[in-house]
Amino acid sequence: MAKTEFVIEPGQQDIVIKRTFDAPRDVVFEALTDPTVLAKWWGGPDEVEVDRYEARHGGQWRFVSRDNEGAEWAFRGVYHDVVPSERVTYTFEFEGMPGHIALETVTLEESDGKTTYVSNSVFQTVEDRDGMVQSGMQSGAEASLDKLASLVEGS
Amino acid sequence: MASDQLSLTFAALADPTRRAILARLADGEATVNELAEPFDISLQAVSKHLKVLERAGLITRARNAQWRPCRLETAPLDSASDWITRYRQIWTDRFERLDREIDKLQRKRKEQDHGQD
Repeated sequence: MAKTEFVIEPGQQDIVIKRTFDAPRDVVFEALTDPTVLAKWWGGPDEVEVDRYEARHGGQWRFVSRDNEGAEWAFRGVYHDVVPSERVTYTFEFEGMPGHIALETVTLEESDGKTTYVSNSVFQTVEDRDGMVQSGMQSGAEASLDKLASLVEGS
Repeated sequence: MASDQLSLTFAALADPTRRAILARLADGEATVNELAEPFDISLQAVSKHLKVLERAGLITRARNAQWRPCRLETAPLDSASDWITRYRQIWTDRFERLDREIDKLQRKRKEQDHGQD
């Protein structure tokens, strides 16, 4: 199973995630930026409505995630840059904590038919990083874990 | 609030001297003088660090003993590593689903290529 590498240092205001996918980068890019595909992996067990999705320079995005009790969490941002198959840069804001905005860059590098995904999220403060991570996780984090557990136990 | 507690924990952990103090306390209780020994800083500076650690709930200090020894409290550390664990779990979970979507896309592309033959 592919391993995901996380760099989350105490007292820092960034998070780095690295993961290798067994596919060329144009395929990974499609999975990351096609809204119908995105909705399938991003939200977990929650239903994710892609309210707005304009993956281009200056375009906006907004996802609304709903759990089975009808609770909603919305996330939004603006695309700073989209370089097909190479790099996406956008802002990320949890609408439950307006004004606390992170800048995220995802880069894709291909080697031997595999793609290394690196995402770098920079928050405005350490408190924002820790706080946003927590609130972002409330969007069905526990349900995600339940689903994962059921997948793991079911297999 | 849990998030305030976490912010305090992370802010307290951000300093290398405070992390060294916690590492020392992991070996057992110590007085301020004992804690100050390895550092080239004043007792007053060490006391300030201890206050930050105390406010974050990472240490407690005996109220009645004459030397007020400090001791490590591990609960806030557990909750700090807890959110990181949960965050990692969410992304690991997402990437597993992403893997499956990528597989589907690859299969679809192959079928389309065969269709053109």
